[in-house]
Amino acid sequence: MAGSARVAAATLITALLATACSQGSATRTEEPAAGGKVTLRYFTFSAAPDHVKDLDTIVAAFEKENPTVDVQVETAPYDQYFTKLQTSIAGQTAPDTFELNYENFVTYAGAGSLLDLGAAGGDTDTSGYATESLNAFKHDGKQFALPASFSTVVLLYNKDLFEKAGVPLPTADWTWADEQAAAEKLTDKGAKVYGDFQPVTFFEFYKALKQAGGEFMSGGKSTFNSPQGVKAAKWLVDKVGKTMPTEAEIGGTADFDTNLFKSGKLAMWHNGIWQFAGLKDVPFEWDVVVEPGDSQKASAVFHNSVAASATTKHPREAYAWAKFLSSSNVAATTRIASSWELPPVSDQAVLQGYLKDPVPANRQAVFDSLKSIALPPVIARQQEMQDAVTQELTEAAAGRKSVEEALTEAASKVDALLG
Amino acid sequence: MTLTETPPKAPARQPVRPPRKRLRYALTVAVFLLPSAVPLLLFTLIPMAGSLWTSLHEWNLITPMKWVGLDNYARLLASEETRAAFGHTLYFIAGYLPLVYAGGLGLAMLLNRAMRGRDVFRAIYFLPVVTSWVVVALLWKWLLNPASGIVNWAIGLIGLEGPGWWTDPGWAMPSIILASAWKDLGFVMIILLAGLQAIPKEYVEAARVDGANAWQRFRRITLPLLSPSTFFVVVISLINGFQVFDQVHVMTGGGPAGATQVVVEQVYNLTFKYGRAGEASALSWLLFAVVLVVTLIQVRGQRRWVNYG
Repeated sequence: MAGSARVAAATLITALLATACSQGSATRTEEPAAGGKVTLRYFTFSAAPDHVKDLDTIVAAFEKENPTVDVQVETAPYDQYFTKLQTSIAGQTAPDTFELNYENFVTYAGAGSLLDLGAAGGDTDTSGYATESLNAFKHDGKQFALPASFSTVVLLYNKDLFEKAGVPLPTADWTWADEQAAAEKLTDKGAKVYGDFQPVTFFEFYKALKQAGGEFMSGGKSTFNSPQGVKAAKWLVDKVGKTMPTEAEIGGTADFDTNLFKSGKLAMWHNGIWQFAGLKDVPFEWDVVVEPGDSQKASAVFHNSVAASATTKHPREAYAWAKFLSSSNVAATTRIASSWELPPVSDQAVLQGYLKDPVPANRQAVFDSLKSIALPPVIARQQEMQDAVTQELTEAAAGRKSVEEALTEAASKVDALLG
Repeated sequence: MTLTETPPKAPARQPVRPPRKRLRYALTVAVFLLPSAVPLLLFTLIPMAGSLWTSLHEWNLITPMKWVGLDNYARLLASEETRAAFGHTLYFIAGYLPLVYAGGLGLAMLLNRAMRGRDVFRAIYFLPVVTSWVVVALLWKWLLNPASGIVNWAIGLIGLEGPGWWTDPGWAMPSIILASAWKDLGFVMIILLAGLQAIPKEYVEAARVDGANAWQRFRRITLPLLSPSTFFVVVISLINGFQVFDQVHVMTGGGPAGATQVVVEQVYNLTFKYGRAGEASALSWLLFAVVLVVTLIQVRGQRRWVNYG
């Protein structure tokens, strides 16, 4: 029976172990007598693997300005990041400062895990930030995190494939119908070339829904099971197996779409501007446009912020680092020079630097995409909602349910989560 | 397994020891027990008590716990998902147990004969048992890849189209059962092999002289005399079956469409994905209760069929 006891205990063992170890990390963050240097831990998902060096540049500049602070960077891939963060908070070994995305910010701020940076800094100069970005990370009127970067989703396309197939290149005026017609012409199953790739997920769905003129929820109830919702879901689901590989063909391969695009076998790819750096050396011409819409344009925007733990022993240093990482000139220019998302700064001159890089040529599309954005719906039980919607849409994509059935089911699950 | 044995009875007349000697004796016993008692306490009993406490709270890992009494249990018992998770776990056991037992028995019988390279084969079949589950699960995921796996390639050679394996809700659980049985085959084989070797050759000889054919010797001599080993294998495999997690987590993550959402995978998701650690702890205790009841039934039932000859 010892074995099943292990399972019964599995949930807590981590927390207890972590508590046992917290002694160790407490000494780690304490100020050593000699030298008087403060070690400040920073946990991030967006730096690894492509931008660790860029983060190091920012850290070095910060440490030069603040010689008494030693910033220790810890990274984790996005899909493990929040599990690790939660566990470390539960085990009282939370990093002093850490990255949070917009979708998760509400959960953490509401849970009281975050330090009120406004109070910690005692410095009210926020003129360096774009106001909308700053406001996105306020909770109950308090600034619990500082916006550090943002990114948008655009339509990346392989110019060579378009020219070879004699299909006109995508423009900012394209609608779904144009994209679909082109995708059909560009798909060549014999050569394993696909016309389009747009994941069938919650994130694509809420955006497509807005593009179709629908709304995800309103007044505490889901409203996506509507004619617009059906249209948006069909837009995603109908590509699978026609202009896009099926789930079985993808076979759970990590970064399947990235590799497909890089190998020159994908004509159009719905993905984020964080892909730019990784596409530097591909042997074909590629460019971007604002995503086609249906009844209207809507582009997904992802916001990342830097927050400090409510339990940090160094609130002032944490604030200084958060501020430096989010709004200093070094941070902003480093991000822009390496195409590591965009800094949420108000200084347009700094942002214009983003356009200097010649690849992709139409970088202006990134700024254009910000003119009409779709923010993800955020609820307290966020992850469950995302999983429920993605799972139902996947069912429809695999042909195991009709789109209508899937949406009805998803709506009832989301309504249950909204309680 | 402690349940199967009654504690050894103290001898009727204990030798009388002087108090000091008795103290020394107790200390000696304590010293020898310490190495296993301390980890058991630290890593099993204390966390178990902790999870019982957690199961009475609402806790998302990042906010302080909130007392909710038995609400978590009530909600779980009423929920469709709990029923589905236990259903999937039972499906796994129903496929896994017969397969691993029959396969292990076959191998044990085969490798119980005098043959060349017997030890090498025994070692080979035992190899998966000592391999990490993550490695084995990734290997099978790769072998059974619907698009590029070697299994579907081989099926394609004879002109058929292989199934979607772990991407198809109907095939996902069979895929996991297959991988699990493959890995645990060696363990069952070793236990049964030991059991087979403990059967005196004279019994089989005598049966042969009396004119029993191979099937009759197997059915009437080998199987009954193997029953203690069989009992052990069934109890262990059932407990392992109820706790199935690693292979599911790596191969399907509970998908596709929740078709392999077993109980422990559900515990993991509730805690680490959905921040419902209280419910997850309660679910762990429900699983504990089920395993306890099933094991007690087995211990009771063993008198009917286990032969300690």
